[in-house]
Amino acid sequence: MTLKIFISRDAAAKACGAEDVVAAVRAEAAKRGQDVTIVRNGSRGMVWLEPLLEVETPKGRTGFGMVGADDVGSLFDAKFGEHPKAVGLVEEIPFFKNQTRLTFARCGRTDPLSMADYEAGGGLAGLRRALSMTGADVVKEVTESGLRGRGGAGFPTGIKWKTVHDAKAEQKYIVCNADEGDSATFADRMIMEGDPFVLIEGMAIAGVAVGATKGYVYIRSEYPDAIEVMGEAITIARKSGLLGASLLGSDKSFDMEVRVGAGAYVCGEETSLLNSLEGKRGVVRAKPPLPALQGFMGRPTVVNNVISLATVPVIMEKGAAFYKDFGLGRSRGTIPIQIAGNVKFGGLYETAFGLTLGEIVETIGGGTFSGRPVKAVQVGGPLGAYFPPSLFDTPFGYEEFAAKDGLIGHAGLTVFDDRTDMLKMARFAMEFCAIESCGKCTPCRIGAVRGVETVDRIAAGDPTALPVLKDLCNTMKFGSLCALGGFTPYPVMSAVTHFPNDFARAKEAAE
Amino acid sequence: MSDTLHEERIRDIIAKHLALEGPMLPILQAIQGEFGHVPQAAIPLIAEALNIGRAEVHGTMSFYHDFRTEPAGRHVVKLCRAEACQASGGDRTAAHAMETLGVDWHETTKNGNVTLEPVFCLGLCACGPAAMVDGKVVGLVTKKRFDQIISEVGA
Repeated sequence: MTLKIFISRDAAAKACGAEDVVAAVRAEAAKRGQDVTIVRNGSRGMVWLEPLLEVETPKGRTGFGMVGADDVGSLFDAKFGEHPKAVGLVEEIPFFKNQTRLTFARCGRTDPLSMADYEAGGGLAGLRRALSMTGADVVKEVTESGLRGRGGAGFPTGIKWKTVHDAKAEQKYIVCNADEGDSATFADRMIMEGDPFVLIEGMAIAGVAVGATKGYVYIRSEYPDAIEVMGEAITIARKSGLLGASLLGSDKSFDMEVRVGAGAYVCGEETSLLNSLEGKRGVVRAKPPLPALQGFMGRPTVVNNVISLATVPVIMEKGAAFYKDFGLGRSRGTIPIQIAGNVKFGGLYETAFGLTLGEIVETIGGGTFSGRPVKAVQVGGPLGAYFPPSLFDTPFGYEEFAAKDGLIGHAGLTVFDDRTDMLKMARFAMEFCAIESCGKCTPCRIGAVRGVETVDRIAAGDPTALPVLKDLCNTMKFGSLCALGGFTPYPVMSAVTHFPNDFARAKEAAE
Repeated sequence: MSDTLHEERIRDIIAKHLALEGPMLPILQAIQGEFGHVPQAAIPLIAEALNIGRAEVHGTMSFYHDFRTEPAGRHVVKLCRAEACQASGGDRTAAHAMETLGVDWHETTKNGNVTLEPVFCLGLCACGPAAMVDGKVVGLVTKKRFDQIISEVGA
C-alpha cells in the first residue's frame, strides 16, 4: 500500500529542516521498498512543530512534530504509529482545532499547486459567482462584508474598489501588496506558499469587479519561496482558465505577473510600492491624488494587501452576511494573528476579531519560550506599540487597539520576556526608521536620526533629553507623509509610557 | 569575460525586459542575477534603452538595499535584525557572527569567503533567529547553528 506523507514546503518548515526530512523519507522508503507519495503542502501554521510530518490514515492525518532526518528510520520502524514525536491527529490539536479558518481554509491541507485540490476545497466558487454578477454588485458584496484592509491601515476594501470601479479609464490595474516587511508577520508569505490560487482568484475577482484586466503581485525579495510558488501558480492558473483572455470560459479577461522588490521596507507603503513597480526610487507620493484614481502608470489602481485579496474568494463564495457575522464592533470577519518572538507556541492563528491580547499571548501562545514572565508584546510590526501585561484585556480589533494608543497593523505579535531593555527597543525603532526612510519628508528623514541621538542622551543620563524625545515624536507623528515616520512614535512612546523604569534606570546609572 | 562580451550580454538582458511596464527593477535584478552585482558599465546602457538620464538609473539603483555595485563574497549570510528575532536572541547570534568572521555588517571576510548582511525580516518570526544563506532560509540560528552554517559553506 502506498503511504501518503505530507511535509510542508513553507519557508518556515524549510528553515527548520524540512528538505532534509524529505530526502531522508525518500531514501528510507527506497531502502525498504515501501511506496510513498510525498505531498509538499502549505504550513498548518503551527511553526513550533515544524518540520511537521503528516501521514494519511483512515481516521485523518496524524502528525509527528519537530522531526529531524535522524528520526525517519524509527518512524518507519514504528509504522508511523507510536513514536516519541507523535502529536496525534493534526486537526485535533487545540491550536489548530480552535481556529476559524476562512482565508486559510485550505492552507496546510492541500497541495498548493494542485488545481484539483483547490477546486475540491471550495476554490473557484467565488470567481464563478462574481462572473455571474455585475461589477457594481461584486463591489457591493465586498463592501457589505465589512472587509477592511489587512495590510494595517484598515481602510474598507469595498469603498476603495468602488472608487476604482467608478473611475473611467481605458486601463485599470489590480496591485497586490506582498511587501510584507513587518517583523512578526508572515501571513502573506504563508498563504502565497500554501494556497497561492486563493490570492490569484481574489485578484481576478477584484479585476472583474472594477474592470481591471491586468494585475501585479509585488513580492519582497526576502521571500524567495513565495516568489517561486506564485510564479508556478500563475502558469498553472493560465492553463486552467483562472487567468487569461477568458476567465473560466466567460467573456471577462484578467492576467497578472509577479514583480520582485529590492529590499526597501518603505515599499510596503502603497504609493512608494507603485513608484517601485514603475521602476523608480521607492519614494512616497503625496496624496491626493489617490492611487484609486491615479495609481500605477497614472491609471486607476486597486492596491490591496495579500490577505485582503485572499479573503475575497470566501466572501464571494459564502456571501457577505456569512463573513460579516464574525468579529466585533467595526472589525468584521476573521484575522490571521501571527504569534512570534519569544513565545512557546509560535505560528499563525486565524480567528474572529475579539479575543483579548492576553488570551492570544498566554493561552494560545503559551507564554514565553524562555519560561520567563512576559514583559511586553509589540503588536503590528516595527511601527506598532509595545503593550505591557496590564493591557492584556484589550480586545483584538482596529478601534479597540487605537483606543489604547496602539494599532493591530498586519496582526503580528512579538513577545518579549523580562530581560528586554525597552530603551534599547525604542532606540531600535528610531534606528530602523532612519535606515528605511525614503527621504521624501523631513520629520522622518531627519527626525529618526535625531531620535537615535536623543535616546542615546537619555541612556547617558541627560535629564533634558526625554522631553525632547516626546516633542520629536509629536513632530514625526503629525508631520510625516506616510506611516513610516508617522507611526515610529508608537513603539517609542509606548516604551516610554509603559516602561518608565527602563528610561529612568539609565539616569541613575549615570549619576 | 571581456568588457565587450559583458556589454553584449547586458544589452541582451535589457532587450528581453523592454516590453514590461516599468522594466527598470526587473532589468537591474536580472543583471545582478547574472553578474552578482550591477557593473558600472550597465548604467549608461540601461539609461539609453529606457530613454532616461544616467542619474535616474543610478538614483533608482542606489535607493534599494539589494543592489550591489561590487561583487559580494563567495557566500552571503544575511542575519535578521528585526524585533521578533531580537526577542529570540538574534543580537547574541549577530555579535557572535561578527566576532567569528571578524567583520561588521556589509563587510566581507579577508579571504573573500563570506559577506555578512543585515536583513529586516525574512518572515520566519516564529522560528527565529532567522538567516538566509546563499538564498536559502535557515531558522533557529543559535551561535552553535551559526558555526555549523559557516563550516558547511566552507568558510
